[in-house]
Amino acid sequence: MRVTVEITRRPEIADPEGTNIMRALTDLGHPHIESVRVDRIIHLDVTGDDPDHVKLQVEEMCRQLLANPVLEDFRVEVSE
Amino acid sequence: MRTAVIVFPGTNCEHDVVHALRSLGGDAELVWHRATDLSDFDGVILPGGFAHGDYLRTGAIARFSPVMAEVGRMADEGAPVLGICNGFQVLCEAGMLPGALIANRDLAFICRFVDVEVTDTSTILTRNAALGQRIRIPLNSYEGNWVDPGFGARVALTYLDNPNGSQGSAAAVSNAEGNVVGVMPHPERASDELLGSSDGLVLLESFLQSLVPA
Repeated sequence: MRVTVEITRRPEIADPEGTNIMRALTDLGHPHIESVRVDRIIHLDVTGDDPDHVKLQVEEMCRQLLANPVLEDFRVEVSE
Repeated sequence: MRTAVIVFPGTNCEHDVVHALRSLGGDAELVWHRATDLSDFDGVILPGGFAHGDYLRTGAIARFSPVMAEVGRMADEGAPVLGICNGFQVLCEAGMLPGALIANRDLAFICRFVDVEVTDTSTILTRNAALGQRIRIPLNSYEGNWVDPGFGARVALTYLDNPNGSQGSAAAVSNAEGNVVGVMPHPERASDELLGSSDGLVLLESFLQSLVPA
């Protein structure tokens, strides 16, 4: 099964990369940007028959390693 | 009394740390990250570098290296545990220090001397220093911007000019007990006048004097 993990930085945590990209875009003549956030997407291929079980497994992986609970939230999506 | 200087794949400051500790009369040995027994040691230093390539997040994979269970045990028992630069990042990822380290505010890799001030003298890094003492040591990092949404940490050193955007200008952070400390600039790189400063010695002396027999 193909699993997509989206890891996003919490809104209250600064994102220097997003802030600097926004500055560059503004300099390039795009003045209407309100914010830019840079997040991370991880694709996994996981063996299993039960999408719900696979999702639980990957959520556990997020808590253990893939996301830092101090900084980030995560969302797991399983597709056949 | 012996200090274990941990070497992960990608660590690159371990020899500098050992050299600096030995120059102060300390007994320090390199220990590979797969070690599972640190019972012969009385303290631990996680040196700087790029442990496990800094993949995913700095320190994220290193915290699961086999040796980290022993580092955690020693920290719980009150032994001095010091993370320098990348070692600081590993200790945060391991949950042994509050907060996390993100990219510097201006997205620049900062490699220069910085001035820091001692703000807490009851940690293993600062016990020999004076409150308000100013120290000049090199910073060498990209992810040196410390954030702590909990605002609960003890800050042992602060930057005078906060070059990386660190919360509260924190350059070194301690756990509540004062025995686990992370410092972003490198005391071992300011351990001899030949290096441009020996200001880091007072910090390393503090660490060595914090060692008690296991």
